[in-house]
Amino acid sequence: MNIAIVDYGAGNLASVKKAFDALGTDSLITSDPGQIASADKIVVPGVGHFATTAALNITGARKAVEDAIACGKSVLGICLGMQWMFQSSSEASEVEGLGLFSGECKRFPEDVKAPHVGWNELAVSPASRLFSGIAQGAFVYFTHSYRAPIVEQTVATCEYGGVFSAAVEQGHVFGVQFHPEKSGAVGRKLLENFCGLPC
Amino acid sequence: MLTKRIIACLDVNGGRVVKGVQFLNLKDAGDPADLAEAHSAAGADEIVLLDISATAEKRATLLDTVRRTAQRLFIPFTVGGGIRSLRDAAAVFDSGADKVSINSAALSDPGLISCIADRFGSQAVIVAIDAKRKDNDGYEVFSRGGRTATGRDACAWAKEAESRGAGEILLTSMDRDGTGAGFDCELTRVISDSVRIPVIASGGAGSAEHFITIFREGHADAALAASILHYGLTEIAELKQTLAQAGVPMRWPC
Repeated sequence: MNIAIVDYGAGNLASVKKAFDALGTDSLITSDPGQIASADKIVVPGVGHFATTAALNITGARKAVEDAIACGKSVLGICLGMQWMFQSSSEASEVEGLGLFSGECKRFPEDVKAPHVGWNELAVSPASRLFSGIAQGAFVYFTHSYRAPIVEQTVATCEYGGVFSAAVEQGHVFGVQFHPEKSGAVGRKLLENFCGLPC
Repeated sequence: MLTKRIIACLDVNGGRVVKGVQFLNLKDAGDPADLAEAHSAAGADEIVLLDISATAEKRATLLDTVRRTAQRLFIPFTVGGGIRSLRDAAAVFDSGADKVSINSAALSDPGLISCIADRFGSQAVIVAIDAKRKDNDGYEVFSRGGRTATGRDACAWAKEAESRGAGEILLTSMDRDGTGAGFDCELTRVISDSVRIPVIASGGAGSAEHFITIFREGHADAALAASILHYGLTEIAELKQTLAQAGVPMRWPC
């Protein structure tokens, strides 16, 4: 099995690759639509500004990811990559998200510090495939200033300035707001679950 | 609930972890990658590697040290010390760091903060501030490892760093550093309450009680554990357990 880690100039992709290396799973960092299309699974990582996701349109990576989803490949969005799966973000409202999940990502309210940095606990839906074997109240590492709304497909929530979507899941499409590659043993288990999904 | 972070700090000189009191009597304390992994296993929420190499020759080994350490860590990893340009920062990120901590370079060129934040995101930029209590009122910022007074007010500088794109402030009390007498609660509270980004308290930790106080009364979002860890690796687990039992939100057990 081979995982394509989509490179669009948004942050430290090497740490995501390193996490797959540690699991013994082959992965490559690429922006090439051909390589994305030929991978068995796709990860869209990313930290930073929502506007950087516009690069996915230019490189043709967006089309490759959409095609992969249409043909049933498992896709995991991490942090900004998850937010990109929603319709839009108020951080860059002119940039169109994938729209797989409805709603707009918004900045944390003024009464809490932003970014939301650190280890926070999850309320997990027992039905989730991605969180299989991960305990209720597990701690994971977040660093973000915008958060996704709760939707029908939300499978994990987190509380900070209100409740927000920590993870979404629909069929073979997954998004996590936190960084599994930085979340110790819990993150490792989640990535292992993703690797273990049928291709 | 968002937990308070305990961050383990390793001082590195020429590729080895060193320990000493206020940079005196430095002793070899082991391999950075080994110690970082052990701290992570013991429950550290993040690792900070601080390069204190005085010579360019010793500094050259930093990137290799960062690479070897990052390879074995699956928690956030910050590198600080001697980062003077976007190029320095990029090299450290390329080697596997998640965040950089900048101090003197940001004071002499505040534009460096936004320069790194624009390229790598605010979450990747920590501005470290070394502050000393003034005779009359307030706190003054020092640069070059506490050697040079800048005349800047710590609170004003923290706010400026935030507005320029810093994602976190690492605040060290020079008055308390290395004393084990406890964090400077007043300094930390003043800074933490005047910015909207997380503040990491540093300097003076000598007991678990000091950590409880800095979180409760100092309004710190995280605290750096440096010399307190030198007495034994298990202490970070004990420290977190004690804090959790006292009701401080902690990632524990982990």
